[in-house]
Amino acid sequence: MNTNGTNEPIILNGQPVVINGQKNLLELIRSAGIELPTFCYHSKLSVYGACRLCIVEIDGMGVVTSCSTVPTPGMVVRTHTDQLRKMRRIFLELLLANHHQSCTTCDKSDSCKLQELARQMGVTDVRFPSIPKDMQADTSSPSLVRDPNKCILCGDCVRACSEIQGIGAIDFAGRGATTVVAPAFNKDLGEVDCVNCGLCASVCPTGAIVPKSEIEDVWKAVNDPNVTVVAQIAPAVRVALGEMFGLEPGVATTGRIVAALKKIGFDKVFDTSFAADLTVLEEATEFIERKTLGKKLPLFTSCCPGWVKYAEQYYPELLPNLSSCRSPQQMFGSLAKTTLPDQLKVKPEQLYVVSIMPCTAKKFEAKRPEFRGPAGADVDAVLTTQELGKMIKQAGIQFHKLTPESLDMPMGFKTGAGVIFGTTGGVSEAVLRYAHEKLTGTRLENPDFTDVRGNTGILSKTLRIGDIYLKLAIVHSLSNARKIADQVKAGNCDYDLIEVMACPGGCVAGAGQPVSEGGEVVQQRAKGLYEADKTLQLHKSQDNPYIQQCYQTTLEKPGSHKAHEMLHTEYNSRKRLCGSAINLSEGSGDGKLNVSVCVGTGCYLRGSQTLLTQLLDTAHTKGIDDKLHIKATFCFEACTKGPTVKVGDTIIEKCDLKTATREIDSQLKVRV
Amino acid sequence: MLTDMQTLELIKQGYDKAVKPIQHRIIICAGTGCVANGSLKVFAALKKEVEANGLTAVVTLEECNEGQIHLSKSGCQGFCQMGPLVTVEPEGILYVKVKAEDAAEIIKTTLIDKSKVERLLYVDPAHGQVCHTQKEIPFYAQQKRIELGDCGYIDPEDIREYIARGGYYAARRAYAKMTAQQVCEEITASGLRGRGGGGFPTGKKWALTLQQKSDKKYVVCNGDEGDPGAFMDRSLMEGNPHRVLEGIMIAGRAIEADFAYVYVRAEYPLAVERVRKAVEDARALGILGADVFGSGMAFDCEVMEGAGAFVCGEETALMASIEGQRGMPRPKPPFPAQSGLWGKPTVINNVETLACVPLIITNGPGWYRECGTQGSPGTKTFALTGHVANTGLIEVPFGSTLRKIVFDIGGGVTDTTGEIDPDAFKAVQIGGPSGGCLINEHLDYPLDFDTVKKIGAMVGSGGLVVMNNKTCMVQIAHFFMRFTQNESCGKCIPCREGTKQMLLLLEQIMEGKATAKTLDTLQTLAEAVQKGSLCGLGKTAPNPVLSTLNYFRHEYEAHIFQKRCPAGACKALAIPEISAELCKGCGFCAKKCPVGAITGERKQPHKIDADKCIRCGACAQACKFNAVAGV
Amino acid sequence: MCSSCCNAQQEQVRRFEKVCRILDKHQHNPSRLIPILQEVQKEYRYLPEEVMAFIATSLGVSPAKVYGVASFYANFALKPKGKYVIHICEGTACHVKGSGKIKDALFKKLNVTPENNTTPDMLFTVQPVSCLGACGLAPVMTVNEEVHGQVTPEAAMVIIDEIIKKERN
Repeated sequence: MNTNGTNEPIILNGQPVVINGQKNLLELIRSAGIELPTFCYHSKLSVYGACRLCIVEIDGMGVVTSCSTVPTPGMVVRTHTDQLRKMRRIFLELLLANHHQSCTTCDKSDSCKLQELARQMGVTDVRFPSIPKDMQADTSSPSLVRDPNKCILCGDCVRACSEIQGIGAIDFAGRGATTVVAPAFNKDLGEVDCVNCGLCASVCPTGAIVPKSEIEDVWKAVNDPNVTVVAQIAPAVRVALGEMFGLEPGVATTGRIVAALKKIGFDKVFDTSFAADLTVLEEATEFIERKTLGKKLPLFTSCCPGWVKYAEQYYPELLPNLSSCRSPQQMFGSLAKTTLPDQLKVKPEQLYVVSIMPCTAKKFEAKRPEFRGPAGADVDAVLTTQELGKMIKQAGIQFHKLTPESLDMPMGFKTGAGVIFGTTGGVSEAVLRYAHEKLTGTRLENPDFTDVRGNTGILSKTLRIGDIYLKLAIVHSLSNARKIADQVKAGNCDYDLIEVMACPGGCVAGAGQPVSEGGEVVQQRAKGLYEADKTLQLHKSQDNPYIQQCYQTTLEKPGSHKAHEMLHTEYNSRKRLCGSAINLSEGSGDGKLNVSVCVGTGCYLRGSQTLLTQLLDTAHTKGIDDKLHIKATFCFEACTKGPTVKVGDTIIEKCDLKTATREIDSQLKVRV
Repeated sequence: MLTDMQTLELIKQGYDKAVKPIQHRIIICAGTGCVANGSLKVFAALKKEVEANGLTAVVTLEECNEGQIHLSKSGCQGFCQMGPLVTVEPEGILYVKVKAEDAAEIIKTTLIDKSKVERLLYVDPAHGQVCHTQKEIPFYAQQKRIELGDCGYIDPEDIREYIARGGYYAARRAYAKMTAQQVCEEITASGLRGRGGGGFPTGKKWALTLQQKSDKKYVVCNGDEGDPGAFMDRSLMEGNPHRVLEGIMIAGRAIEADFAYVYVRAEYPLAVERVRKAVEDARALGILGADVFGSGMAFDCEVMEGAGAFVCGEETALMASIEGQRGMPRPKPPFPAQSGLWGKPTVINNVETLACVPLIITNGPGWYRECGTQGSPGTKTFALTGHVANTGLIEVPFGSTLRKIVFDIGGGVTDTTGEIDPDAFKAVQIGGPSGGCLINEHLDYPLDFDTVKKIGAMVGSGGLVVMNNKTCMVQIAHFFMRFTQNESCGKCIPCREGTKQMLLLLEQIMEGKATAKTLDTLQTLAEAVQKGSLCGLGKTAPNPVLSTLNYFRHEYEAHIFQKRCPAGACKALAIPEISAELCKGCGFCAKKCPVGAITGERKQPHKIDADKCIRCGACAQACKFNAVAGV
Repeated sequence: MCSSCCNAQQEQVRRFEKVCRILDKHQHNPSRLIPILQEVQKEYRYLPEEVMAFIATSLGVSPAKVYGVASFYANFALKPKGKYVIHICEGTACHVKGSGKIKDALFKKLNVTPENNTTPDMLFTVQPVSCLGACGLAPVMTVNEEVHGQVTPEAAMVIIDEIIKKERN
C-alpha cells in the first residue's frame, strides 16, 4: 500500500511535489502551500469524507476526495479545474440553502467557516430554493449552546467527542434529510453525560455549537453602580487573547488585558495564577501527606472541571483518589468572597466575581452547588477568552493602542509556577517545585522540570527527589484519561501523581480560546506561558509573599481545617443520563390518574391489547376519560402473569377489565 | 458428519431410494406471490384430496416411506401474476390460478383419470393457444433459466434434495481438489460479473482479496436487496438457499476465509428463515464446520437480519451495519478487499452472483460462456413489472434484446385498464433508482453491462419496470428521487442536500412553477451530485433525472413552458373539464364545488372555470356519470 | 444471570432481566448491537428509552450511539406499535400501479399521519415501506406478515373493517 518509500513525486497542478511521508493527499497538497477547503477534515480525527470540498481530479481516478486518498508516486493531481470549482460552489450553495441564514446575528459570525469558504469560493448567489430548518436551540447546558439549525452535519463534534474525549455525548440521530447531531434520545445537552469541555464547539465550523455567552450578565454588573466587579484572569487567557486583535499566538498581553478591563469598568483585576500558587501548596501538601503516610495513591489532580465531571460519571470508585483541592478558579472565588468585602469595604452581596477563562467547563464549575456561599456563588460569571475579546470590541476599545497596566494587589501577584498551570504538565511541574523543597528540605536552584513538559498524550515519568522516587503520569484528553483510570482501577500501575487535563494540550487549547486550527497555535501559546514564567521574578509558589501572608491572616497553614473549609471540596457519583432510572410513578402532571397497560409481547399474547381497547371504551362510556391518562407502555417484565396493568402506583398482574375498572374506580374515589 | 468423500453420494442414494415409490410429485409454488394468493390453502386441500382418493401423500421424503404422491412446496417460479401455480410431475402439467376448491378436480382428473383440467391450463392471450406444460408457455419458453432453474422445483427446506440434484459437489471439489488460486482462476475465466449493480469481475475481486495477507478474512453475502422493483435475490434465497450457501463456501475457499455473514433484508422474513435453516442443516451434516470435506479447512456462516436501510446495500455501509454502527458508507479506497469488516480483507458479493458460482465450478467456465456475450457472459435475472402483460421474475442470457423481454416474454405492453396495447410502449426503467430509462430506439440493443452503461443507465440489480404512454416521465424521475432522498444516509453534502433540492426542483416542474432556469439548475446539480457523492447510492441517485432529461427533455419543457403534462398525469397541470356528452346537468358537481368554479343550467352540460378550480376533485367524486376529467 | 450488568442498580437489574439474557447471549459484544436491539424489540415490541440507556451502559458504549443506531434503521420502533402493523409498499411497481391512493385511503380511514402513524387504541400502525419485493403482485400491502396482492383502496378498507369487526367481538 504505502509506496511513499520512493522519491518519485506526484504531479500537482503540473508541478512535481515530493510525497515526503504525508499520510494523505490533502495533507500533502496543503504542505505544498495550496489550501484546499474542508469542513470535515481534522488531522487529529478519523477521515470522514463527507463534505466533499477537498475534491481533486486525479488522472485515471476521476474526481476523488483528497482526504481519503493515499498519495502514490507519479499521481497526476489537479486541484482547481473548472469542474472542481463549480462543484465546490454547488456544495456550498446546497449548504447555504439549508442553513439558518441569520449570519449577522450569529455568535460565530466573525469566525464562521461556512461564511469564509462561501466568500472564498465566490458564492454570490444561491440558486436553490431555501429550505429553512425550524428546530429549537438547546440552551440547557451552562457551558454550551447547541443550535441544530446551523449544523452542517460535518460530524467533527461527534468524532471529537468520541475519538478524543472517549465520551460520545452527542452523535448522529435519524437518517437522511432528517439527520441531526443530538445527545441521546434527543435530550438536552444539560441532561446527558457531556462534561462541558467544549471540544465540540472548538471544532465546529459554524455556529451550531458555541460557548454559552455571559457577556450581558457581566455588562449588567459592570454598569450597576452598587456592584463592585472584580476579575480574575486565568493563565492561558493572556497568551491567546491577542490573536483576536491581530497578534501572534503566545504573545502575553496581561498588562493590556488589565487596562481593557479597567476601561470596561471592572473595579479590580486579579490573577488566577495567584490562586494557582495557593492550589500548589494545598495540593502538594495533600500529596506529600498521602505519599509519606502511605495513604490512598495515586493522587489525581482536580483543577480541570471537565475531568472532575468525567470521573464523577464514569469512575465513581476513583473519586477518593481525586485531590480534594478546589480548582484555582474556585479557590480564588472562595477567597475573594471571604476576604475582599472587608478589604474593599463592600457588602459581600455587592461583590461580583468574574473569571476570565480559556474554558467552557469553568462555567459549569462555577455553578456547582458546592461552590455557593452565603453571598451566592463564589464566582458569579465566567467569561471565555473569546467573550472577553468581544466585550473589548463592544466597548470600542482599541486593544493595540492600550498602555499596559498592573494587576491589583494582593491577589494579582503570582509566581511562574502559577502561570504554567495553563499548559499540560504545568500543574505537575509547579507541584514538583514545591514538593522538592518540602521533601528534601533543600532549596531548589533550577526550578525547571523539563522532563514533564511536552505534548505526548500520556507522559509517564519517574523522578528522583532526594531519596524518594515519584512516578508521574501527565495526561491530556479524556480518552487518554480513561486508559490511565482503567489501569488504576485494575490495580496494575503504581503512579503517585496523575495530572489530567481534558483539553488536548491543556488549558491553552481550551474551548473558550480564540478559534484556531492546527496544533502549532496551541504550542506557541504554551511557549508563551513558559516564557512568562522565565520573566517573572519568582518561580515557586511557596515563595509568593502574598500567599504566605494569606496563610498568616486567613488560612493558618496548608491543609489546615480552615483551608479545608475554604479551599477543598467533595465529589459525588453522577448518573450519566438524567431520568435514566426507572421512575415507577411517572405522573403526567395534569392531575389525571395514570393507567398503563403493558403491550410487551407476553402481555400482548395474553390479550393486553383487547384490555386496552376495552378500558378506553369503558372510560368513554362512563364519561371518566377526562380523569384518566390511559396509555400503552413497555414491558413490566411480569410476563408469565400478564396482562399487567398499572393504575396509579398499583401494579395489577393477570388483570382483566373488571379488576382494572374496580381499581380505577376506587382510586378515583380516594382522589375526590 | 460429512468428512469423507463418499457421504454426498450416500445422501443421494438415500434420497433416490426414498423417491422410488413415488408415482407423482405435485409441486405447489410457495413463493411470496403465490402464498399471498392462497397457495398454502391449495397445498392443504390437495393433500386432503389425495388422501380422500385412497392415495398416500408424502410431505417429507423418508427412505422407508411407502407413499405414492409427493406433495412439495417450491420457491418462487417467477410467474407470480398467474399464481398459485401447481405442477404435476412427471407429466409436467402446469395449472395456473389454482384455488383450494379446484383440488378435488385436479386430483381426480390428473392422477386418477390421467387427463388434464383444461380450465386451469394457461392460455396465451396473444394467440389463444392452450399451454399444457411450463415449456409451452411463451413466458417460460423464451427464457433460459440457469440460476433460477431449480428454484421452482426443489423443496428449499430439504438439503437432501439439493444434494441429490448434484448440490455441494462443487464446494467439495473446491475444498478437496482445488487450490484457492485455481478457484479464482476458474471464476475469472468464466467472466462472471457482480450482479449487485457495478458489474465488477468477480474472479478479479476474489484474486485481489486472496493476495492480501491476514490472519482473518471474511465473506459477506449481500442479500440486502433494496431496489424497489427487484426481487431476484429474495426468490433465490427463498427458493434455493443451498445454492447460495454453496456459492458462499466456494468464495470462502477462494479467498481463504473461514467465516461468512449473510446479510438479509428484514423485509424478507421467509428468506431469513430459509437461509438460516439451510445453514443449520449444512452444519448438521458437517458441510459447514471445522473440517470442510476433509480439507482440514474450517468454514462457518452467520445470517444477519438487516434493520431497514436501503443504503446498507452499499458494501461499506453494509459492513458498518454488521459491525453494529449506523449504516453510513465510508470513502473507498481502501476497498473491502484491503480493509473490510473490522479492518480485515473481505469479499462482498451479491446473492445472485454467488448463486452462479457452484454452476461454474461444476460445469466449467467454458460452459458458462456458452450463453451471454463476450463482455457479459451467462444469464441475468430480471424482475419484469409495470405495464406489461406478464409480470414476474425472468432469466435470459445477457445480450437478449429488450424487445424479446417486453414483447415475447412479457407478452406486450398494457394500457391503464390492463389490456394489451401494441402502441402503448413508452420506456423501460432499468436498474431501479440507480438506473435510467431505455426507450423505443433501444428495443433491439443487446442488454449487457456495457451497452446499458453506454446508454446512460445501468443493469443494476435487474429491475425492469415497463411504462406505457400514460406515464409522465417527470413523475418517474420524481418518484425515484423521492426514494433516494428518503434512503440517503445523510452523510455527504451532495447526496443529502442535493437529492432534497432535485426533488424540490422536480416538484416545481410538476406543479408548473418552474422557469427556464430550473432545467439548467437541475441538470448542473444532477451532474455535480453524480460526480461528487461519497458512495454508489449518491453517485447514481441523479441517473433517473439525467436519463429522463436526456430522452424526454421535451416532456420537461412542456411542463415548464406550456404548463402541460403530455401524459396527462400531473394533477396540477391538468385542465379541468366536464364532458358535454356525458354530463346530464344534474348539478351535483356545482353543489359540491367549494370555490364555485362550476356553472351551468339544470339539465344542460356544466362548465368548470379552470382559473377558479383548485383541483380538489370533489366534483369528480360527486359525478355519477364520470363526466369530470382533469381534476 | 447477568453478571456485568449487576453493578447497575438492583431495581434496574430486576426490571431488565430479559435484556440481560439477550446481552449475555451476545457476550456483551458492542458489535452485536443491531441483533441485540432486534431481539429486545421482539420482547418489548419497541425500544423504550430506558432500555436503550441500559443496553448502552452494559455494552460500554454511549447512549447517544445506541440512539444513533436505533434511529438510523427504519425497523426499529422508538414508540410502541399497534397490534396490526400495516406496510404499504411504495416500490416502483406498486407506485406505477397506484399504491399512493391506497396509502392515502389508509391514512384517512385510520386517521393517522406519517409522523403519528399509530391509532390511539394501539390497534393499527400504518407504515409505508420502500419495497416489499413482491412486485409481481403490485400493489401490495402486508398486515403483520400476511401479504395482500393487487390491492385497491376499496379492498384495503375491507381488510381494515374485517380486522376491526374481529377485534370488537
